[in-house]
Amino acid sequence: MSTIIIPAAIVAVIGLIAAIILTIASKLMYVTVDERVAAIREVLPGANCGACGFKGCDDYAAAFSKDPGLSTALCPVGGAEVATQIAGIMGEDAAEAEPKVAMVMCQGSYGVTRQIMEDDRIYTCKEAKMFYGGQWACPYGCLGLGDCYNVCKFEAVTVCNGVAKIDREKCVGCGACEEACPNNIISMVKKKNLVFVACKSLEKGAKTRKLCSMGCIGCMKCQKICKFDAVRVENNVAKVDLEACRNCGMCEKECPTGAIVNYRKRKV
Amino acid sequence: MTSILIIMFSVILTNNFVLSQFLGICPFLGVSKKLDSAVGMGVAVTFVMVLATAATWPIEVYILDRYDMGYLQTVVFILVIASLVQLVEMTLKKYMPPLYKSLGVFLPLITTNCAVLGVTIMNITDGYNYIESLFCSVGAGIGFLLAMVLFAGLREKLENCKGIPDCFQGVPITLITASVLSMAFMGFSGVVEGIFG
Repeated sequence: MSTIIIPAAIVAVIGLIAAIILTIASKLMYVTVDERVAAIREVLPGANCGACGFKGCDDYAAAFSKDPGLSTALCPVGGAEVATQIAGIMGEDAAEAEPKVAMVMCQGSYGVTRQIMEDDRIYTCKEAKMFYGGQWACPYGCLGLGDCYNVCKFEAVTVCNGVAKIDREKCVGCGACEEACPNNIISMVKKKNLVFVACKSLEKGAKTRKLCSMGCIGCMKCQKICKFDAVRVENNVAKVDLEACRNCGMCEKECPTGAIVNYRKRKV
Repeated sequence: MTSILIIMFSVILTNNFVLSQFLGICPFLGVSKKLDSAVGMGVAVTFVMVLATAATWPIEVYILDRYDMGYLQTVVFILVIASLVQLVEMTLKKYMPPLYKSLGVFLPLITTNCAVLGVTIMNITDGYNYIESLFCSVGAGIGFLLAMVLFAGLREKLENCKGIPDCFQGVPITLITASVLSMAFMGFSGVVEGIFG
């Protein structure tokens, strides 16, 4: 009988001692965790995209305990809803979080522009960019190999017919694709902005025309028609001043190449 | 002094815990995708190995051996190591938050790691005294760290390698790489005796 009891007792005693030490230690070394941090972490979407400027949602939540005055509107994924909730937890008024979306400033798909070389060994846009500026005729356009698609955690990017497309409904505005694009074709824009010049070619009009049928040729028509002084042609390419633009869409109608896109839903 | 050096070097190179004795394969394959996390894991394992040996050796010698209950070794050691890791975690959280942050995730993972249990049991079966045991665990930890760093470096290269056949991509090529690395470590057999013998 004792052959069982003594070993059992020894293990029990060692376990008990360990338990007592751990209990005492947990009381002695209790670290006060800010309740608000845990609550904020609950509210945050948990995508860990890093768009707020911190390493992830945990870091953003933790930053509130150090700096209570931190903006509650840094999370573009959660948008205004999350900002309001965080502000409620922190006991402040919600700062306005302007929802953003990514916008691909290129329409150079197959048929519109063309490839001047083929290399099956090139797998990423970054590689293509380093290798003589990519395989497309236009060196300013979308490289079409999907670096943006690979970094998007929200399945908002598709590469369709050689050019990246953003699903404006799915896009949360984290800006990961903007950073991934080696040609800086993707820009983060405010969701309320609907009219853009989808071309970044700095070539003169005649050359752009040769390279791509939907490129901006710098004809100044849009600049002339705009009533709000929101479109300007600089360095052979038109640019919409997103603050001044009222989304009227006049420039889109005027554009001879179709380089200007308008996301405004037309009334039928 | 020489005996300690022999113990340390043999456990780092010839009897490397991961590559020769095949202990701790789980973190070796699991946490070796990135170099910095591999280093974190290696350092954490070294740390826990030394602490575990420091705690378990006296228990074995002064309690279990005295009452002739060596068969309780595994149970008691796991119990002691698990609670020790918990204690260490709490201490680090309170007094060394930066270290806790860098080791953070790895500490609970090590709680029931077989490399840690292995080194404590090996110290007993090889009949080392207290000092020798401590140095043996330091060596085992360094050996683990070495294996992790080497393997993480190889895996980072493999990530960028485009020439792997489809059927070998992912885990298969990782396992093959591990076995090649393990065979490379066979080359160290006899080296330690050659140096110190």
